[in-house]
Amino acid sequence: MAFGVCSNEWGGPDTVNKKPDARKIIIDGLWRNNPVFKQVLGICSTLAVTNLVLNTVVMCVALIFTLSLSAATVSLLRKFTPRNIRMMIETLIIGFYVIIVDLVLKAYWPEMSTNLGPYVGLIITNCIVMGRCEAYGNTNPPGPAFLDGFFNALGYSFILLIIATIRELLGMGTVLGYPMPYFSGPYWDKWIIMVAPPGAFFMLGVVTWIFRSIEIRREHNTK
Amino acid sequence: MNAGPEISQAFIVCISAVFTQNILLTYFLGLCPFLGVSREVKTATGLGFAVIFVLTSTCMLNWLVYHYVLVPLNLEFFRFILFIIIIAAFVQLVEMVLDRYSPFLYQQLGVFLPLITVNCAILGASLFMVIRDYSFIVAVGYGFGSGLGWFLAIIAMAGIRQKLVNDRIPQGLQGPGITLIIAGLMALAFMGFSGVLQAR
Repeated sequence: MAFGVCSNEWGGPDTVNKKPDARKIIIDGLWRNNPVFKQVLGICSTLAVTNLVLNTVVMCVALIFTLSLSAATVSLLRKFTPRNIRMMIETLIIGFYVIIVDLVLKAYWPEMSTNLGPYVGLIITNCIVMGRCEAYGNTNPPGPAFLDGFFNALGYSFILLIIATIRELLGMGTVLGYPMPYFSGPYWDKWIIMVAPPGAFFMLGVVTWIFRSIEIRREHNTK
Repeated sequence: MNAGPEISQAFIVCISAVFTQNILLTYFLGLCPFLGVSREVKTATGLGFAVIFVLTSTCMLNWLVYHYVLVPLNLEFFRFILFIIIIAAFVQLVEMVLDRYSPFLYQQLGVFLPLITVNCAILGASLFMVIRDYSFIVAVGYGFGSGLGWFLAIIAMAGIRQKLVNDRIPQGLQGPGITLIIAGLMALAFMGFSGVLQAR
């Protein structure tokens, strides 16, 4: 399928399990199978908004909403969806929720909607949404599918928030727009590069490195 | 209507989409295949060409649909779904046509075509084109430029990664980590172009 390369390049694990277990789903989504540093999925559309913490928070909320509800919906409809057009159906379901998010943002927070630009719409092609629907929602009942989507999105969000906080702090000396004591003072030379695009690549690379190393060490110790 | 200034604007937009506002290195679009399929120059080239072709064509198609169907009907919010359907349908169509009429091209590009539907660069370019209110000619220039920019970036990355094969990289940094850091360095290099053009 189209996601073969996207998801299995670095050995994305197979998550079809017999008995859905809430605790396992939560740990998998947040850490063991984390979308960002383990599955390396869906970093495209959201990396661009991590230069400000506020934008990232809004984007993450939008993603959590879309991912958990579309996984649940895909799972509800899984018995009625013909196999060969299921990708199309999944896209339509995701698109439906993304349009809701987009319209709500436009109506109640127009400035944020302009700030985020096309990135809200790009949640549709965010591989993590489709990836979870394909890998989990498609084969499991709605409840666990919702949980799986929710915690995967949460695992994704917490990495992005770490990245966004560091970028905003080093690049502009603020967090959520509030000046921080040392970093906004005259002693801190602002790293403009951190809010520019290369900063996002560096930060994501470094965060992936750190978290993967922790994971490798843990596996090494348990052996 | 005088097409002269339009064409020159399209040219400027095209160049800026390749260098100063590279769709991958400044807007982070199409990162998944960029990280996943950049191991060898040969495959990267195939995917790059497919992206150039699909991006240019879908930009045209989506522009026409948006301005002649969605705007008159007041259905602009529906564009997300319609764009992705058009992209998917177009990719299917190209795949079938290639399969039927040009087995050689199909062998070269065919494998990459299904991948392209989920490439966010394609949808992203169409959405940017709508947000920035480009005219048709400019939109075509933008689509082509974005595709070319993506192509250049993935080829460069594949070349660098081929050289990295024998290097000793810390275990946690292998794969996505090192690729992202190289991408950061490339983005830094591309920022050097930013003084060249001041076009939106």
